Amino acid sequence: MSNQYIFAVARIRKKELELLNGDFMEQLLAAPGEEECLQLLYEKGYGNVGQTANELFEEEERRTWSLIGELVPDVKVFDVFRLQNEYHNLKAAIKETCTAGTHPGIYLNGSADPQDLEKILLERDFRKLPEPMQEPAARAMEVLLTLRDGQMCDCIIDRAALDSIRETAKASEGEILPLYGELTVAAADIKIAVRSAKTGKSPEFIKQALAECSTLDLTRLSQVAGAGLEEVISYLKNTEYADCAEEIRKSTAALERWCDNLLIRRIRPQLHNPFGIDPLAAYILARRIESKSLRMILTGKRNGFDEEEIRGRIRETYV
Amino acid sequence: MANLGFVYALVGAVAAALFAGIGSAIAVGRAGQAAAGVVAEDASQFSKVLILQLLPGTQGIYGLLIAFITMSQIGVLGGSADMSTAKGLAYLAACLPIAFVGLISAFAQGNASIAAIGLVAKDPGQFGKAMIFPAMVETYAILALLVSILAIFAIPGLTI
Repeated sequence: MSNQYIFAVARIRKKELELLNGDFMEQLLAAPGEEECLQLLYEKGYGNVGQTANELFEEEERRTWSLIGELVPDVKVFDVFRLQNEYHNLKAAIKETCTAGTHPGIYLNGSADPQDLEKILLERDFRKLPEPMQEPAARAMEVLLTLRDGQMCDCIIDRAALDSIRETAKASEGEILPLYGELTVAAADIKIAVRSAKTGKSPEFIKQALAECSTLDLTRLSQVAGAGLEEVISYLKNTEYADCAEEIRKSTAALERWCDNLLIRRIRPQLHNPFGIDPLAAYILARRIESKSLRMILTGKRNGFDEEEIRGRIRETYV
Repeated sequence: MANLGFVYALVGAVAAALFAGIGSAIAVGRAGQAAAGVVAEDASQFSKVLILQLLPGTQGIYGLLIAFITMSQIGVLGGSADMSTAKGLAYLAACLPIAFVGLISAFAQGNASIAAIGLVAKDPGQFGKAMIFPAMVETYAILALLVSILAIFAIPGLTI
């Protein structure tokens, strides 16, 4: 048995105690406004006193990755978690380049400098991009410049992102990273199928958008997505994602929540696993989903949403 | 050939110290990593995790004990070193329980200690219970130690 992550997992066991639980989420929900929520979070050790919600989330993300950086010899083992941001930035850079726009705040934290990314795209020097991004970037730019089809451009990059996530996750060690890859792609495919069924997308578009995964039959899913929402639901009822049928009927937000809750439930056994990289991967995911819930609460409070409405969107907690 | 029995007996003594010692060294080292991880986040848990770290170290002590007894019986530490080949093989066989059970139980106890350290990290109040889990593995090391001791003390009385 490998000795590699014993120290790391023991530290994570202590850090897990700092994760927010359901009771604390209820306390936040009961708070009258955003200010009071932020105060509760500061008291819990979240961010630094006086930080705005966005600064607080950035600070917490920085803390998570700084901790992980101390725990593993090379943080690249968790690169799969950064891929969504990388592809988002690529998509943003393509749009900025093709429309000669300068929209501040459209880029997320990523490994590449947005200006460098835009320069590469402007010069059409795709070889400077990571290998899996080269072909999709060229194709997406072509589509956007010649056909002015922003949706197809998004579809190409999103599909490339999903393929990349699945491939990277599959090649990763442990059980949680490959599971994350599979569930991310399956959840995205379900959302694409639902959206396509609701908007009546063509079978060609659906086929192009769906990414390969081992828990869904893509041929069948693309057929039912073209046939309508009820067909999608009845197909999903025969898969391991049968539980999502009810959520699909409720709303897109309910489906999003179900996807995150499924991931949380599948990673929760790692709370009791003392060995390997899996408890670390589970901790990163738990922090990420926790942030998502906090964003929902703070945004809801800021916009004066009703407590029940916010409760319906927050995710299950890891601890 | 007259001293072949002595060689077998000495191999037995060495194996007892060697295998049980290797097992304990690896297991205590692994548990130490987990203990350090907890102390890095909460230094007040030092004494608790130290005890859990040391639990898999006993197999090495048992191996050393058997090695000493065997060496004293066969004359390495003084006296005559003459014995028959059969007696030498008997000593070798008598050392094997603690050598192998010591090695394997140390690994197993080390893993149980690491898990117990994780439990203490989560809830220091569970230290008493946490200690029981790795301590259960000790039973089998003690049984092997008993068999080795009984066998070693019985060998001088045998007419082989």
